[in-house]
Amino acid sequence: MLDSSMNVWMVILLSLLLLSAVFAVMIRDLLKAAIALAAVSVVLTVIMFLLGSPLAAVFELSVCAGLITAIFISAISLTKPGTQEELAAKRRLRLKRFIYLPILLVLIGVGLWLAWPSLKLDIAAVGTGAGLSVQQVLWDARSLDILGQIIIILAGVFGVVVLFRGRKAR
Amino acid sequence: MNFITFFFIDAILMLFIVGFYCLVVSRNLIRVLIAVEVLTKAVTLMLILAGSLTNQTALAQAFVITLIIIEVVVIAIAAGVVIGVYEHNGTLDTQRLRNLKG
Repeated sequence: MLDSSMNVWMVILLSLLLLSAVFAVMIRDLLKAAIALAAVSVVLTVIMFLLGSPLAAVFELSVCAGLITAIFISAISLTKPGTQEELAAKRRLRLKRFIYLPILLVLIGVGLWLAWPSLKLDIAAVGTGAGLSVQQVLWDARSLDILGQIIIILAGVFGVVVLFRGRKAR
Repeated sequence: MNFITFFFIDAILMLFIVGFYCLVVSRNLIRVLIAVEVLTKAVTLMLILAGSLTNQTALAQAFVITLIIIEVVVIAIAAGVVIGVYEHNGTLDTQRLRNLKG
């Protein structure tokens, strides 16, 4: 559960999460965007750990911050950006398209903050699932999910094999 | 609902907006994938927060592990498709992918 002594840390971490997400979306260089995305994953890992989900946090750190960043960097290095003139022409257009994002974020954030006292949301229901461990849930209660995950991973492997085979044949 | 829970919901909503805005506005295919990643991060954080609020962290972690596996397979396949599109067309600009126009 959320502890009141961690409030300051949570506010700092969530602000860092948002900041790096905006950075990943808005920065021009794609490599820096991929690294900012890895930073989002790392901050999210810390938040998940503080919220009491260490196993999912380890998965997030190893897969999202490691494997997906590697996939992104290899995809970026296999494709080339356009010529210098094209890039210079695109730069102004990009700025024009993305300039509304911070404005929108500030407006929505401040608007929700002002509307908070009038909102009568009560989502903090008391759960009854305490006591179950992750192992019990994964292997007993939701064992069908494991089967689905195995099938998805196999489908992914087949997809990658088909993609690379198609490229060789050409 | 206390202050920090509301701050969490606010941050999740704003993260979702960041991803959705980039998905709508971006013209580079790799940046579209980055936007999908940001959207998935928002969903992950929402699931973990819900598990923490209702005292069911074990169930939330099981769901998040499933979500991460689906996410990585989607990104791996999509990156392969993006590389294929680049080799076929020589560009990643979505405005220039007009091979099927006719």
